[in-house]
Amino acid sequence: MATRLVEVQNLKKWFPIKGGVFGATIASVKAVDEVSFFINQGETLSLVGESGSGKTTTGRTMLKLLQPTGGKIIYKGKDITNLTPNQMRPLRRNMQIMFQDPYGSLNPRMPVGDIIQEPLDVHSIGTRKERRQAVATMMETVGLRPEYEKRYPHEFSGGQRQRIGVARALVINPELLVLDEPISALDVSIQSQIINLLQELQQRLDLTYLFIAHDLAVVRHMSDRVAVMYLGKIVETAENDELFDHPLHPYTQALLSAVPVPDPEVKRERIILQGDVPSPVNPPSGCHFRTRCPYAMPICKEQEPLVIEVAPGHTAACHLLTKK
Amino acid sequence: MAEKAIEAKKKGQKKSSEDYTYVGMVFHRLTRHKLAMVGAFMLIFILLFVFVGPLIWRANPNTQIEGLGGLFNPASRAHPLGTDDYGRDVLARMFFGGRISLFIGFISAISSTLVGALVGLVAGYYGGWSDNILMRFTDAMLSIPTFPLLIALASVLGKGVWQIILVIVVFGWMTDARLVRGLVLSLKEQEYVEAARAIGASANRIMWRHLFPNTLAVLIVSTTIGIGGAIIYEASISFLGFGVQAPFASWGNMLQNAQQFIWNSPRLIIYPGLAIFMTVLGFNFFGDGLRDAIDPKLKL
Ligand SMILES: Nc1ncnc2c1ncn2[C@@H]1O[C@H](COP(=O)(O)OP(=O)(O)O)[C@@H](O)[C@H]1O
Ligand code: SF4
Ligand SMILES: [Mg+2]
Repeated sequence: MATRLVEVQNLKKWFPIKGGVFGATIASVKAVDEVSFFINQGETLSLVGESGSGKTTTGRTMLKLLQPTGGKIIYKGKDITNLTPNQMRPLRRNMQIMFQDPYGSLNPRMPVGDIIQEPLDVHSIGTRKERRQAVATMMETVGLRPEYEKRYPHEFSGGQRQRIGVARALVINPELLVLDEPISALDVSIQSQIINLLQELQQRLDLTYLFIAHDLAVVRHMSDRVAVMYLGKIVETAENDELFDHPLHPYTQALLSAVPVPDPEVKRERIILQGDVPSPVNPPSGCHFRTRCPYAMPICKEQEPLVIEVAPGHTAACHLLTKK
Repeated sequence: MAEKAIEAKKKGQKKSSEDYTYVGMVFHRLTRHKLAMVGAFMLIFILLFVFVGPLIWRANPNTQIEGLGGLFNPASRAHPLGTDDYGRDVLARMFFGGRISLFIGFISAISSTLVGALVGLVAGYYGGWSDNILMRFTDAMLSIPTFPLLIALASVLGKGVWQIILVIVVFGWMTDARLVRGLVLSLKEQEYVEAARAIGASANRIMWRHLFPNTLAVLIVSTTIGIGGAIIYEASISFLGFGVQAPFASWGNMLQNAQQFIWNSPRLIIYPGLAIFMTVLGFNFFGDGLRDAIDPKLKL
């Protein structure tokens, strides 16, 4: 059986909104609200959903870059939810993140060699010479010329900068890598290069990925399992093929119906999402999706649908599944 | 792009504008800034005057000519700028006084920038309580009427170059602290800071390796303009009699000393006054140009 590398249970991240004369908390952005999932060693779990659904916050909270408001994070069987930053430091070697923005994620005043070397410096790994060597090797691994180590980030293209981001994340041999929309800021022509690189590295270095994305074609290509997120909640989780072939949640169906179907035999009902994503400050009562759901029923307003396992490894939260 | 740049170099082609390094780009813009260049020439002139001048005109600034005939001499071959109330060579005193004034200007401007940067970094990065306490302290310092306290401080510390520097730093770091704090508040939201936290970098490392270098450009501008301010400060302190003490010269105490003779020998005021004026203007022009070259949108 596959081993679980990381698991989150009922994870919550609320951002307080301060206001009033005394700066009291007057409301909260419920960016992540009772989210549970796990990722097995060596697999890719994709997290998909519209912009603003809480994917980035989920990824960052899972790595404890944000302190969770509630719930648990379990890494290799160990509860890391309440570790202090100092207690987290040794664990940071094992879990890394790669960012969406190829421009904002690299310090413009640091040569790329130093950027890639920094994790080794922070964790005091190897001698000076060994670190330089590791940087050169890593640069080659991700397809950058080691001679460019003295150059500054602005001298590189978007795709090359994302390679620098990969190199920085992987130079300390992590087990888990959160990829936060690593290609959505890139030209389409460059996207597949980065995706191929990430897949190749996963094979070679036995990496576990949390792949955050909204391009479903790429998700289908990359993932072992997929979790669909809407307004702070995970509404459906399933194995890759299962999710794409038998989507159960109306939101998943809506997302998929927007993707062109490769097989013309398969007919899909086209569901067009109406309106905008509601505010996570005041999400709709009951099912968060009910304001845009074509199948919404009275009960959807009153009760929050429970997550139920419809088939082995396939879970969804929708009242349609418990009806009848 | 990096590949292109190397190829371009190999072929000996001119670099495209994108390939300029940051420093190169700033320098390029600076040389096109007229006011900055005027400032630069003024400063070069002053520096040559103060540092090369004494090599050419080797008079001792503290030697007094004996007898009444040696005092208040007008310009002559023996004394190009005449002599002062003690019969000392004014040109030589201008050289050495300038060195002291510039020294005080540089050291105190750099020190107060560093102190301000430290306060601003800590306040901006940690936020919360540290921010509140540090910024309220900064506000308090800004609202203290400087001169009365300065006189009190001078009487406690004694008089001298290092005491003046200390006083200027104590009263001069606040604007830089506010400036840096504001910058850090926006810089710390950048993803590269998040990336540094993700690899386990300590707060210290993030402040000094990631945030500080990104405020440096602004701090250099602020220091440049601050040197001019510090030189004026030195002059004011000296004017109150708490400055560099005789027999050592500074432009400030030359001014102070000359005020009693303003009607008989106005030139004794004009020389150091002009020197201070030129130096301060030079630093301000150059600093303005530097700011425009670094970031035209910057508000300083
Ligand atoms: N630091 C923060 N403070 C307040 N609100 C935040 C913060 N970060 C994210 N949010 C809010 O949380 C919600 C989810 O954001 P995010 O996790 O970035 O979504 P996604 O990555 O799916 O686009 C959004 O409404 C966003 O405005
Ligand atoms: S619970 Fe109701 S509103 Fe929510 S997705 Fe299912 S049917 Fe639609
Ligand atoms: Mg995001």
